[in-house]
Amino acid sequence: MIPLLLGITLISFMVIHLAPGAPTGLQTDLNPKITAEARARLEKIYGLDKPLHTQYLLWLKRLIVLDLGNSFSMDGRPVTDKIIERIPITILINALSMFLIILIAVPIGVISASYQDSFFDKFTTVFVFVGFAVPTFWLALLLMILFGVNLGWLPISGLKSLNYEYLPAFGMIMDRAKHLILPIFVSAFGGLAGLSRYTRSNMLEVIRQDDIMTARSKGLKERVVIFKHALRNALLPVITILGLSVPGLIGGSVIFETIFAIPGMGQLFYMSVMARDYPVIMGILVIGAVLTLLGNLIADISYALADPRIKIAK
Amino acid sequence: MERETPGRLFWHRFRRNRLAITGAMIVILLFFFAALAPYISPYDIGDINTKNALQAPSRDHLLGTDQLGRDVLSRMIWGSRISLLVGFVAVGIAIVIGTFLGALAGFYGKWVDNVIMRFVDIMLCFPTFFLILAVIAILEPNIWNIMIVIGVTSWMGVTRLVRAEFLSLKERDFVRAASATGAKNSRIIFLHILPNALSPIWVSATLGVAAAILTESALSFLGIGVQPPTPSWGNILTAGKDNIEIAWWLSLYPGLAILITVLGYNLLGEGIRDAIDPRLTAS
Repeated sequence: MIPLLLGITLISFMVIHLAPGAPTGLQTDLNPKITAEARARLEKIYGLDKPLHTQYLLWLKRLIVLDLGNSFSMDGRPVTDKIIERIPITILINALSMFLIILIAVPIGVISASYQDSFFDKFTTVFVFVGFAVPTFWLALLLMILFGVNLGWLPISGLKSLNYEYLPAFGMIMDRAKHLILPIFVSAFGGLAGLSRYTRSNMLEVIRQDDIMTARSKGLKERVVIFKHALRNALLPVITILGLSVPGLIGGSVIFETIFAIPGMGQLFYMSVMARDYPVIMGILVIGAVLTLLGNLIADISYALADPRIKIAK
Repeated sequence: MERETPGRLFWHRFRRNRLAITGAMIVILLFFFAALAPYISPYDIGDINTKNALQAPSRDHLLGTDQLGRDVLSRMIWGSRISLLVGFVAVGIAIVIGTFLGALAGFYGKWVDNVIMRFVDIMLCFPTFFLILAVIAILEPNIWNIMIVIGVTSWMGVTRLVRAEFLSLKERDFVRAASATGAKNSRIIFLHILPNALSPIWVSATLGVAAAILTESALSFLGIGVQPPTPSWGNILTAGKDNIEIAWWLSLYPGLAILITVLGYNLLGEGIRDAIDPRLTAS
């Protein structure tokens, strides 16, 4: 864990700092009158005049106390504050879409494995192939055109309507839900194909094993065989896959948050990238990687809890 | 009876797989579009004619025109060149890095393996898209930087595959025989083991092209990929988003092109996998 964390911070730091182009460039390039002296003063404020390894150690020391420095942008606020206020909405959307993925993909996988080569199985196989190939931002555009522009059922950007403050409590919830439907669906879509395919192939493997044969030959009903005996074994590896899908979901949030104008971590990252706001970029890179690490850890632990064959070493 | 060479066996299995053939046809067709772009595009892609802006698809402009009155079909045909280029160069980079590191890790084992695989673990922790965005924004967003960055952030899977192949192959008799005859390590790695470890690389390369094309289109869509006026499917879609209320054709067709292309490479990749070794098929 700790070496991984250190590696993550080191790579984030190198990515940002070994690249050409100083962050002070944006402020100075736009202003031809700036003197070398003023430029040096700016660099000193940001600590850019020190050697790289010193900069890294200083940054690491502050990272431990969650001090990620101040944003280069006009407001100059602490990076930690900027990120923390945007994390909840990103996690909410990702958690809900993860939930949606499990809710839809697992039954699809189980049913198409139980009825291999049926119409349903063939149909979902095609769906999976297409699902893998659909660019999510394009799907978002099409859904916006269909539900937002043509049908006018759903809003196409932001988190709340202009009159949000004046709505009754129930109206507020409905308004929020309407704004979230498309983003959640779009971010879930990419994972649907993968997980249903994976569940299906696991299920097929499990169904062929001896204990399932035994269960069948005992004369148990097919329903009992599938849901009681096979499903539990088939779902175990799915936990790992869910853990592995965390970086994809988080990375994808840049795209859908930008398209739907959702003020989350992804949108902040995109804006910081455009403005070369190094401290914020570095902070989000590290936090994104740490969230991934956490996702994997949670997956490992739930795997151990769900599978009696694995004992957590004491 | 003809002799059953591995190549013939491969082709025999591949030919019977309808999906794989479909994928191969799509890929070949795209090569033609890209190669013949100057001859088959109905219009010049730089032809700005604002009087013609945002025309719906018609007989003159089969897929409509964009916000500057340029023909969308022509721009999409030229855009196929970008996709092809990015896909192949990015994957080439990833394969070279991945194969090299995987071979080192698998062959030498011990601390070399340890260092390389920990590095892989660390790289896998990053949401790839974050890493790519950060680097692209610091470097200048242009097509060369995009190809390099996509390649440099997508080699980890190849490393794992190649390492696993090397681990099993290095214990085989023919490798032991080679080292018993005093062959140098580099000779064993490149001449004896690597050629036998290639088949999984082909599969992941084909699937990698699809992934790289998707990533490039997403970057271009966000405005940090291929820059206008060079046409790419992603940046035509940006125009689609800007004109979402009026010009559905700007959003629909380029995305469809990406979808079909990615589908083609994925089908081809899966087809190659099935034909190389039917046992690997995830049924």
